[in-house]
Amino acid sequence: MSFPWAQQYEPKTEFTRWLDSRLPLPRFVWNAVGPGYPVPRNINYFYNFGVLAGVALMVQIITGIILAMHYSAHVDTAFDSIQHIMRNVNEGWLFRFLHMNGASFFFIVVYIHIFRGLYYGSYKAPREVVWMLGVVILLLMMATAFMGYVLPWGQMSFWGAQVITSLFSAIPLVGESIRMWLVGGFAPDNATITRFFSLHYLLPFVILGVVILKVWALHIPGSTNPTGIEVQGPQDTLPFHPYFTAKDFFSLTIYLIFFAAVSFFLPNALGHPDNYIPANPLSTPAHIVPEWYLLPFYAILRAFTADFIISAKLWGVIAMFASIILLFFLPWLDSSRVKSASYRPIYRWFFWLLVIDVFILGWVGAMPAEEPWVRIGQAATAYYFAHFLIILPIVSMIETPRRQPNSIAEAVLGPEAVRARPASRPAEGGFGGAMPQPAE
Amino acid sequence: MASDAKIISAAGGSPEGADVRRRDFIYIATGAFGAVGAAAVVWPMIHQMNPSADVLALATTEVDISSIQPGQAIKTVWQSKPVFVRNLTQAEIDAAKAVDVSTLRDRETLEQRTQPGRLNWLITLGVCTHLGCVPLGAAEGENKGDFGGYFCPCHGSHYDTAGRIRRGPAPTNLVVPPVTFKSDTLVEIG
Repeated sequence: MSFPWAQQYEPKTEFTRWLDSRLPLPRFVWNAVGPGYPVPRNINYFYNFGVLAGVALMVQIITGIILAMHYSAHVDTAFDSIQHIMRNVNEGWLFRFLHMNGASFFFIVVYIHIFRGLYYGSYKAPREVVWMLGVVILLLMMATAFMGYVLPWGQMSFWGAQVITSLFSAIPLVGESIRMWLVGGFAPDNATITRFFSLHYLLPFVILGVVILKVWALHIPGSTNPTGIEVQGPQDTLPFHPYFTAKDFFSLTIYLIFFAAVSFFLPNALGHPDNYIPANPLSTPAHIVPEWYLLPFYAILRAFTADFIISAKLWGVIAMFASIILLFFLPWLDSSRVKSASYRPIYRWFFWLLVIDVFILGWVGAMPAEEPWVRIGQAATAYYFAHFLIILPIVSMIETPRRQPNSIAEAVLGPEAVRARPASRPAEGGFGGAMPQPAE
Repeated sequence: MASDAKIISAAGGSPEGADVRRRDFIYIATGAFGAVGAAAVVWPMIHQMNPSADVLALATTEVDISSIQPGQAIKTVWQSKPVFVRNLTQAEIDAAKAVDVSTLRDRETLEQRTQPGRLNWLITLGVCTHLGCVPLGAAEGENKGDFGGYFCPCHGSHYDTAGRIRRGPAPTNLVVPPVTFKSDTLVEIG
């Protein structure tokens, strides 16, 4: 694993030598996030969002475990137990608001992380498995977030559960049986809330497991970088610690400022007032919308209004799942050998069009199912699929990429600097060697 | 591989049977036995999530319809799902009959959706066949949609005065549950 010039772990004390030969945990940490993991020296701040996502996951797990100590998973008490947490439990309001907004911030970070990957071609060989594990995490996150949103048993909770579980009834023949199996009854009820609580507690740890696999897979080729060219030698990298630990802590500070600002001053801004009304199975809210992070997919679900061979409902469900499953095939849909959009003049435009398209889908998803939003949603859905299935394969064939730099070091330091230094240990310690050696 | 086969055959097996060893049979038998055992263990794990006995003990629901005036509807519950009981006006019955059934997505006449001789009693589930929301239109003053029946606010399905899907994403008409008229004023659903 890692590059041959990575700094080797050398236990310094009697104890660490003793431990290293029995449980080499310090060595593992050294090689994973320490000086033993060389990272391309030119990665920009968009490369910090993976670490931020990891922090967001841990915030959710910790606040979630605390909330579970006070929450009561039963139709008669769930809604009241949330109010109990908000009003009676010491600092309960804090943990609930952190958990609520933490979910939104987790998705913000992950969506930026995904678009970073799309822009810099992080899904391409040899990192296909890293990308695919990321798509698995996205699916698990959506399932976890959905089930968590059901637990307070407000109006949006109940009707969200009703709508999402009804998706499965679109499957021919067995759909209705699957739906009843999922909710444990004819409609969402006590059996639904207890199983969703159980799974909502379980899935974050499954996500954590997939994250470990993903980091493992990532650390074999290492990160991509904004130039998209692979690391060639020690002059292209810096050790993870202290360079990128410091940078990650800086970005984490910025992230926590935003997270705290929203959690403390706008705690309900990203939620729906309807969810402070207890669930009522006989009255649907006038306007059901999912949480904001699922809106683009909700827009795709609603984009199908006419039957064509199969029912419009089944088309919507297929399209919604396909919009994510599609991402598994992205490494093979984009055949361009150039990774970074910085050197792909045509793809870069289509990347930004896709970003705009996803924002439009999110906006349409929040609107009622009326004209003109239905038409706009249909056009945006069509474009979403066209981007991956038509535009991307064609662009990657016809595009003439810009000339890429010869190496990361050349891109960062200029060709003169690379030529001036011997190839053996050039540029160690950063520009002009003025930076201190990595701490040990 | 050829040399392996020779060794096996030299060890006592027939030259023809060198490819299929007794150990292969043991592997397959073990795998098959394990698969049956795994299925036997997995089935209860899956089945425990199906509706439990108390949920399945589906009591039928009896509804007193004597106080529902023409043009009015009530909501009741059957198998934890909302049910709309609607007393259609003559104008609504005429509107439903005037529709050319062959133009419908789910081709049903009002007669097929009501009990014989009781065309005015439209009893349907209050569950949109799209994704299970409760359509509007049963209570006073609610949006009845463009066809005067029900309107689902979630994804914009319009149902007509016979509860048939006319526009929007829902694939089928509002479901008509099993209905028995015990008397002129008492209906049993289920």
